[in-house]
Amino acid sequence: MPMGISCCAIEMMAFAGPRYDVARFGSEAFRFSPRQSDLMIVAGTVTYKMAHVVRRIYDQMPDPKWVIAMGACTSTGGMYRSYSVVQGIDLFVPVDVYVAGCPPRPDNLLKGLMDIQEKITRGEKPGQREKVYIRETAELDEGKNSRSA
Amino acid sequence: MKEKILDRLNTQFKDSIESVNEYRGELTIVVRKSEIGPVCRFLCDDTELRFDSLRDLSGTDYYRPHDRFEVVYNLYSLKNSRRIRIKIRVDESDLHVPSVTSLWPGANWLERETYDMFGIHFDGHPDLRRIYMPEEFEYHPLRKDFPLMGIPGSLTLPRK
Repeated sequence: MPMGISCCAIEMMAFAGPRYDVARFGSEAFRFSPRQSDLMIVAGTVTYKMAHVVRRIYDQMPDPKWVIAMGACTSTGGMYRSYSVVQGIDLFVPVDVYVAGCPPRPDNLLKGLMDIQEKITRGEKPGQREKVYIRETAELDEGKNSRSA
Repeated sequence: MKEKILDRLNTQFKDSIESVNEYRGELTIVVRKSEIGPVCRFLCDDTELRFDSLRDLSGTDYYRPHDRFEVVYNLYSLKNSRRIRIKIRVDESDLHVPSVTSLWPGANWLERETYDMFGIHFDGHPDLRRIYMPEEFEYHPLRKDFPLMGIPGSLTLPRK
């Protein structure tokens, strides 16, 4: 599920295109329906308004499902330290792999995909950080989390 | 051209013009708030001036005791290739401004944006809803007294 929300999506296209060619790693099929997807690449700044959309699409994906948080904005809010931007999508969906960069180079995203494949090989279940982010969300609601200040 | 614009305006709206300023060729006219509707209609419909294009409409918050807000209209005349900027001052006690959507339909979303960000109400707007923030949001984020990181609990995240 290519969740291309902003400029990271351009790098995600390069990642799928012939030069970097994700097909070499057996994952070339981008599906534009969540019901046919098992991996969501969230590529871009997620605002509070968009968070509900991302979450709903995540909920529509069949299990087992994985999430890559691509780039600084998606992972932590990035340079958008403001009222409208969610300071990291792990506050509302479980993230399996964070890809660093602003935006990350396509090679870096390929590495993220290979990390997911490695996790699957090791037999790890998706979204294992579940307990961690539930606590973070609770703290955010109470205003204790420093990231909400 | 500048003299022509001012002459044309002065014939009808001499008392409504509060100040005129020109900086690097950019003409700015501050108009009384109550007269903004007729002034805009005149600028839009006048056969010589024909400011038929509203290029931008926005607000500013100066965070001062009187006339806290300003609404800024950037107009462009396709006939004369000339731009002017019209400003009105809006006091916090009366945040109602007449809408200009009947003159320039493009003002629709711009006025919604200004309403969303500053809380200025545009009377006569066909559909004055928030455009960026969720509809149940209670604040106006571009006001100077709104904290940059927002107010905790004002925006919801989906429940895990």
